[in-house]
This record gives sequence, C-alpha cells and structure tokens, in this order.
Amino acid sequence: MNRRLGWFLGAGLLVALVLAGVVSNFASSHPDGLESVIHQGCEFNEDDEIIGGECVAQQAEDHELANSPFADYGLAGVDNAFLGTAVSGVLGVLVTFAVGAGLFWLVRRRGPAGATANAPDSDGAAGSR
Amino acid sequence: MSELALHISNGIINGPVSAAFGAVAIVGLAIALARGRADLDDRLAPMAGLVAAFIFAAQMLNFAVLPGVSGHLLGGALAAILVGPWIGAACVATVLVIQALLFADGGITALGLNVTNMALLGTAAGYLLVAALLRVLPRNLTGLGITAFVASVVSVSVAAQGFVLQYLLGGTTDFAGGIGALAVAMAGPHALIGIGEGIIAAATVVTVAKVRPDLVYALRRFRSAPARAQAAVPAGGAA
Repeated sequence: MNRRLGWFLGAGLLVALVLAGVVSNFASSHPDGLESVIHQGCEFNEDDEIIGGECVAQQAEDHELANSPFADYGLAGVDNAFLGTAVSGVLGVLVTFAVGAGLFWLVRRRGPAGATANAPDSDGAAGSR
Repeated sequence: MSELALHISNGIINGPVSAAFGAVAIVGLAIALARGRADLDDRLAPMAGLVAAFIFAAQMLNFAVLPGVSGHLLGGALAAILVGPWIGAACVATVLVIQALLFADGGITALGLNVTNMALLGTAAGYLLVAALLRVLPRNLTGLGITAFVASVVSVSVAAQGFVLQYLLGGTTDFAGGIGALAVAMAGPHALIGIGEGIIAAATVVTVAKVRPDLVYALRRFRSAPARAQAAVPAGGAA
C-alpha cells in the first residue's frame, strides 16, 4: 500500500466518521420504507408500541441482543441521544473498516511483494482483466 | 420497539424460510469471496474496507421520502461500482453482520433474509445495470454518474421485492390486500429511496473518479485507458 492510497483511505474514513458521528444526528427519525409498510394497518402510541389494528409488525420479535450496550445505535446508560448516536456511529465506522479491511486483506490474492493491480497473477488465480 | 430499525426484524418471516435464506446467504457469500479473490489485490483490500465503512455511515443517514416515511442508502450499486460485484456483495454483508451483532439492528435469525436482499440481490442487480450502461453511455463523468443513479434505483427496487418474495414464502401474517398489494406498497417508497440513494451514490463515485479514477472498479473493468485519461482531466483542471 503506497502513501497516496493511504491519504485517500484516511480522507475517506474521515468523511465516514463525520457522517456517522455528526450528520447522523440530523437524520430523519421516521420509520424507513420497509418499516412503514409492515406498520400499515396498526395504530401506535407515542412510544411506537402497537395499540390496535392488524399489521405485519405485530409478529416482530425483540432482537436477540436488544439489551446490548450499543443497541439501536445508542449508548446504554447514557440518556443524551446525540452522544449515544455519535459514539455508536464512530464505533461502527471503525469496527466496519477494521473487520472489512482485515477480512479482505486475509483473503486477498497474494502477488509479489509490493504488487500493484497491474502485477501478473503469480499464484495462477483467474485474472478478471 | 426500537427507534432506529433499518432492516427485517425477527419474527416477520417464519423460521424455516429464514433458515433457508440463511443457507442462500452463506453459499452466495462463499461464491462471492471465491470469485472476488481474483480482484482482491493489495490495493482493493483496504479500499473494500473503506467502502464497507462508508456504507455503514451512509445507512445511518435516513432521509425523508414521504410524509412520515424515511429511507436510507442500501449500498449495493455503490459497492459494485467501486469494488466490483463479488467484493461489493461481501462489503454490504459485512455491514449487515456488524449492524445485527453490535447494534441489534436486523434480527440475527433474519440475517440471511437481509443479506440475500441487500448484499446479494441488490449488488447483483446494480452490477448488471452498471455493466450494461457503461457500455452505451458517454465515456465521461456524466455517464458514470447516470450509471450510478440508475443502477441504484433498480438495485433498491429489486432488494425491496426480495422481501416480498420472502414474505410470500414465509410471512407470519397476512398483509391486507394480499401479496400483490405488498409488492405495490414496497415498490412506491423504495422507488423514492432509490432516487435518494442514486443521488448519494452518483455524487460518491463521481468524487472518487475525479480524485482516483484508478480506484473505481467499474472504470477499470469497462473503460480502461481512454476513460482514465478523460476522467483525469477535470481533476487536473480543478486542482
């Protein structure tokens, strides 16, 4: 990995961290497309609990990890929603990058040291270009 | 009930059908990783990690599409353009697994359903459009932007209908009006979500193509030398 790629990755990560850590607090809190469809036919109270009617979401069960510290992009024990979302967003971006880059690094095609995209396949893997 | 639920939760689709799609997801991802390994060099591996992280961030940004209804990026078309269909599918799946395990978003028993819709169907549909459009549209940033936009709209719509298929096979209640009404109810908002996603995806890939056209998989694949020279011109001119 050369330095120019390092700068690009750093800048990209910074954008993702700002989006997830800051901008996310200004996101719409209305149900998304799927959720609104499975809510059709039911009535809800202010806590978003079903109080009547019939809808798909009636059968929805709690998440297996509903009580985990970062459930629903919050922070358990912290009432400040802004802080909870920011911490969850930053953590999520970092974990996703670490897991993704780590996984892809482990399964990557091994070329010669310092290989670039133009390097020939040394291990005989089927080249795609 | 959760405040920010983005994906299919537990209990909506019955156990056997959820398990069957879990198997579909595992087989699909195994194929994607095996095929994608040929693309995955020292440069694409960290780039794919960044694409996954960016999709995670973008999925937190719900935007309004109708009164009382929001939507967020799914990311299949975006990932397919930036890192290719195979690794792109793995990127979206990585995001979904982390959301389910760390943020209790999208049931764990429903993970196979969500991965099938968004990572497999969404990325595959998006990539088919990309492969077709990049061959016919003008070889410039506008063509790339239009490609990202249209591929995103189709990708989101296909992913949404994936849920309809799953509901037909294993829905735990009856949707008022039947499965046809469910398909229509899903199609409307998700067409609008696709438009929002298309704008985000087009802006993202055009930005990357201006800065580092060599990092855009779809440009390497379908527009090797001439497109790179053209795409590099605005970057040089703007600097």
